[in-house]
Amino acid sequence: MKNKPNDLILQTVTTMISFIIILFSIHLFFAGHYTPGGGFIGGLMTSAALVLLLLAYDIKTLNTILPFNFRMMTAAGLLISVLTGAGALLFNQPFLTHAYDYFELPLLGKTSLHTAVLFDIGVYLVVIGVTMTIIQTIGESE
Amino acid sequence: MINLPLLPILIPLLSAVLLMFFPKRIKVQRIISMAGIAGTIIAAIVLTAEVKANGIQTLNLGDWPAPYGITLVSDMLSVLLVLTSSILTFFIVWYAIIYLDDAYERYFFYTGVMFLLTGINGAFTTGDIFNLFVFFEVFLIASYLLIVLGGKKGQLRESIKYLLINVISSALFVTAVAYLYSVVGTLNMADVSQRIDELGSPGIITVIAIFFLIVFGLKGAIFPLYFWLPGSYSAPPIPILALFGALLTKVGVYSIMRTYTLFFYHDQGYTHQILAVLALLSIVVGVIGAIAYRNVKTIIIYNIVIAVGVILYGVSAMTPAALEGAVFYLLHDMVIKAALFLLIGIMIAIAGASHLNQMGGMIRDYPRIGWTYFVAALALAGIPPLSGFVGKLLIVQGGFETGDMVGPLLVLLSSLMVLYSAMKIFMNGFWGTPKEYHGEKAHLANRLWVPAAALVLIAIAYGVGSEAVYPFIQMAVEPLIDPAVYIEAVLKE
Repeated sequence: MKNKPNDLILQTVTTMISFIIILFSIHLFFAGHYTPGGGFIGGLMTSAALVLLLLAYDIKTLNTILPFNFRMMTAAGLLISVLTGAGALLFNQPFLTHAYDYFELPLLGKTSLHTAVLFDIGVYLVVIGVTMTIIQTIGESE
Repeated sequence: MINLPLLPILIPLLSAVLLMFFPKRIKVQRIISMAGIAGTIIAAIVLTAEVKANGIQTLNLGDWPAPYGITLVSDMLSVLLVLTSSILTFFIVWYAIIYLDDAYERYFFYTGVMFLLTGINGAFTTGDIFNLFVFFEVFLIASYLLIVLGGKKGQLRESIKYLLINVISSALFVTAVAYLYSVVGTLNMADVSQRIDELGSPGIITVIAIFFLIVFGLKGAIFPLYFWLPGSYSAPPIPILALFGALLTKVGVYSIMRTYTLFFYHDQGYTHQILAVLALLSIVVGVIGAIAYRNVKTIIIYNIVIAVGVILYGVSAMTPAALEGAVFYLLHDMVIKAALFLLIGIMIAIAGASHLNQMGGMIRDYPRIGWTYFVAALALAGIPPLSGFVGKLLIVQGGFETGDMVGPLLVLLSSLMVLYSAMKIFMNGFWGTPKEYHGEKAHLANRLWVPAAALVLIAIAYGVGSEAVYPFIQMAVEPLIDPAVYIEAVLKE
């Protein structure tokens, strides 16, 4: 690698920015239920942060930071979502029926806990898994 | 169990997801997929019994009441199609386990099949027009995977065509749904039907009807939108071709059947006339193709176009007899097409080529396969008492009832041509001088025969037992004749 491009600025900025993006995506994810946001857009934004890492460094670096098999991640996400939906079957409710209640949690105070969050975690994982699989497949063929 | 209508969709979905975890463990893949399909069949049988006993079953997903949420509606038509699709998938996957190379099985073949079944069963069951689009996408994306799997040159070429056609038709589908929504302001199919009726079916509805005909016609391969079918379907290996040929076009046909009886039944002089003309032209074009070609795959593929024409001609006539015939023939055609594809797959496996010139005299070494094919060919053409007969009889009867002379005669004439095209394969492939065969998979022939013969047996039982099946068909046609039955079951007013 003689002609290594000088991407010091990109790499330095990326190390900070990607964390901010990921934090923001997590915020978006939790905002999802009552305000704009949710698993899909959260997942998309997280994968945007990962793609930025991929651009600034390379696939190997990303694989050391996040040693996941993204196909498995997709499968796991799908499984979580489907099972959350199917959970309603146990209570003889229509598929995808959700339940929620308010709980007193330490630090957070009165919080609404909703099974839709579990479903959204599945969506979140599927979106990251699929996006990263696509990007990696394109990247590998170069 | 109020979720019963959902189970034939949920079980294949869950098995598809499970299969994604072990892509390289072929044994586990085979077991999970066969068990998943078996479970789907059982669920479909229970559901059929439930619908037979208690009428149309509905399920409002997420407990959102109709017409606001997505409703699944299992009427007799949809459960019969779900049941048939699941049974066919079972035998085709069984065949695929024997037929396919390990490389296919390791690269998500079974996952693709299970997602395909999820999408197909979903499309048959859903009672929401936008959700129908979503399920179309589910099985289309699975079919993209299946058609390109293997990555041979011809497959890549054909899959690009297939992909383009389907992306365009999906875009048209969303547009058509948007038009419909802008007129009636709802997506629930029962509610759409009701509101079109309240509006007195303005002229724009007829435009939308034609729009839907184009969309579903592209998927269902009617004239002149069938052009992509012969090329694309001949690209993938036989089990995948059988899945596509038996199931995918039928979803398009079902959608035309559903929308043209539930939404667009007001201006029949226009919409159903066009449907009738296109259906008859499909028959003519299909017959020409089936007679002209000497490639066994292409012959049977053109027979798909003929069958689509025959079924849609029955739908266009809109009399009870014709609709019963259309449903009867639809189910028959799914089974017999799957059986025929599997049988010619064996012939191709023996000969190592798919052209009739390279076949001949197979009956000497493979008498069982020869006679099974013979029975299947007779059933395809509709020789009584086999299964094609009753359906065609009812369609022809219904056609005559409307005063149309050309259509029924054309349907009858086409049967003769279908018989000729199917017998051409029999005479050139099984009779004649035996040749030296070098098919790599020839040693599998007798094992491959079992699932194919099982399907032929089902087809025979369906034809011989048509008396027993008839009440089910009658029940399936009820909501097609009188949309109020469907609307009442969904909206429960």
